[in-house]
Amino acid sequence: MFDIATFLSRAVVQSIPLLLGCTGETISEKSGSLNLGIPGVMYVGGISGVIGAFLYEQSSGGNMNPVLAILIPMLACLIGSLLMGLLFSFLTITLRVNQNVTGLAMTTFGVGFGNFFGGSLIKLTGSDVPSIALSKTSHYFSKHLPFADDLGWVGKIFFSYGFLAYAAIAIAVITAFILKRTRTGLQIRAIGESPATADAAGINITKYKYLCVCIGCMIAGLGGLYYVMDYASGVWSNDAFGDRGWLAIALVIFTIWRPNIAIFASILFGGLYILYLFVPTGSNLAVKELYKMLPYIVTIIVLIITGMRNKRENQPPESLGLPYFREER
Amino acid sequence: MNNKEPLIHITRRADIGWKKAWVIRGAAIITALIISAIAVTLATGLDPFSVYGKMFEGAFGSPRKMWILGKEIAFLLCVSLALTPAFKMKFWNLGGEGQILIGALVTSAIMIYVGESLPNGALIPLMFIAAAGAGAIWAGIPAFFKAKWNTNETLFTLMMNYVAIQLVAYYIIIWEVPKGSGKVGIINQDSLAGWMPDLAGQKYLFVILLVALMTIGIHVYLKYSKHGYELTVVGESRNTARYVGIKVDSVIIRTLLLSGGMCGIVGWMMVSSTDHTITTTLAGGRGFMGIMVSWLAQFNPVAMIFASLLLVFMQRGAAEISTAFQLNQSFGDIITGIILFFLIGSEFFINYRIHMRHKEKEGTENV
Repeated sequence: MFDIATFLSRAVVQSIPLLLGCTGETISEKSGSLNLGIPGVMYVGGISGVIGAFLYEQSSGGNMNPVLAILIPMLACLIGSLLMGLLFSFLTITLRVNQNVTGLAMTTFGVGFGNFFGGSLIKLTGSDVPSIALSKTSHYFSKHLPFADDLGWVGKIFFSYGFLAYAAIAIAVITAFILKRTRTGLQIRAIGESPATADAAGINITKYKYLCVCIGCMIAGLGGLYYVMDYASGVWSNDAFGDRGWLAIALVIFTIWRPNIAIFASILFGGLYILYLFVPTGSNLAVKELYKMLPYIVTIIVLIITGMRNKRENQPPESLGLPYFREER
Repeated sequence: MNNKEPLIHITRRADIGWKKAWVIRGAAIITALIISAIAVTLATGLDPFSVYGKMFEGAFGSPRKMWILGKEIAFLLCVSLALTPAFKMKFWNLGGEGQILIGALVTSAIMIYVGESLPNGALIPLMFIAAAGAGAIWAGIPAFFKAKWNTNETLFTLMMNYVAIQLVAYYIIIWEVPKGSGKVGIINQDSLAGWMPDLAGQKYLFVILLVALMTIGIHVYLKYSKHGYELTVVGESRNTARYVGIKVDSVIIRTLLLSGGMCGIVGWMMVSSTDHTITTTLAGGRGFMGIMVSWLAQFNPVAMIFASLLLVFMQRGAAEISTAFQLNQSFGDIITGIILFFLIGSEFFINYRIHMRHKEKEGTENV
């Protein structure tokens, strides 16, 4: 029997990393920076959180303070992603190098960084545990509201997630509001559309671009943290995060640069991502592999449709991907 | 607001001599090597010199390692060559991985289904044509939509990678030997049907020679052919191209058919000539690495040889270190990443000049 409540709640769980990645990338793209390094940033965010949690679990020896158990991995994750954001900003904004090439290099580096420390952390720290299983830290991250279990399917669909899931939705709503309704958002959008005009209007281009890329990376990094600590119950396995970073970037176009739409779109993608688990295929395992194509095929169709409709308000920021050099006006 | 002249003032360089450009790039590589050495020392506790000794050993240590190095360079170079025409046209083909895989998939399919009924003399050319065709189609689809409706090609080609990966995963389950192992195993191990014969007793020589020929071919194509000229114009300005009467749509599609076809051929080489099996990770990130090789070499096929050599050397060397110290194999990616960041950053000092306040001297190149 197709259990709709289970399916929905698992789709939401799948959607959170995508939503965080998508929100982060949207902020960055609105300011004109196409950051293809997001998949790498999410790996770095995840592994930095793991390193923080691992060191804390090892040093605390069992008596963990719940506040610290959440704060330390989170801070580690934010710092790791911030450093990646600064790297991207420095190379593309200050040094004006090609954004796509920088992004791809960051993804190579970030995925390698995640897998390297995921595979070698135990050896490097010389501890005697067999694998990285941060179940205690994960317990704090995935704690949901106590009354959720009493509410049946309502509780399952709406209240069964860890706090980061609600934070992700809040971040998306706040981002959408800031971008659309505030002066800051207007200035960010102005930079993304026409940096020269924004510059003439007295907006500090470099400052805003740096801020947008770095904040975007930090939000995306949280997606990696959520994946390890909540979804994967604190177990890091190499390459497990997979291609979610790329899907998050695709989602930005899918949602036509609107984080509030991304909340629902990411749940749709999350659902497509796990649909193969719920489709009865009997013993034919091969067909499941074909179902896994769905999110990508849907993305392609959406790309084609948005390309064909060609509406002005649905276009990417005008200067997306281009470096800005004042003296070249 | 202060009205002082800013401390640092940046201007675009008109043109930098190639000597100076390579001095800057060389400085970037050396700095990156020093930083990597520090990273290695921190991770392993070894002194940097013996680490680089170990890396050299890993890359050039024995004739076998030299051949593997040559093969790896050939593969990476071939992918870079394949991506270059598209890239020069400012078409971001991030789908190299998928195009390689689909070429490999078609090659494997022919080996498995008709391998026994055709002689190798007919089978191998058939595999070659099919793989090139499959790769060309895989790149041609995004190109068609880009040409007709200006669809975002970066994400389209990227998504095509995953469609290809899932197709391969599907067929791996169908073809797996033994059932349930999740692996295809060596295809036609007994009959050797579809196996490229060794050249002069060397397994990898054929691949290396073929890629060398392709390097010359692409160089001539880009530099001396009408096609090469047209795609350069399209890359610089589509409107100019239209104005001078170039059919932009057909140039885009034609170039991507070439680009995808060559990636498909890489898949064919891997299955027919070196690996004789197929996995979902066969392409091994070369589709992305190739873009960086092509960009670092500024679309120059000869410079691409050196860029591939550098990256493959670092990866092979880092692999040797990680085996020797029981570290994770991804160590190579970190080192590659560091080198790439420095090389990417050095482009700034090639394209721009830094003027310090008061003195009109060029700033120090603190790459």
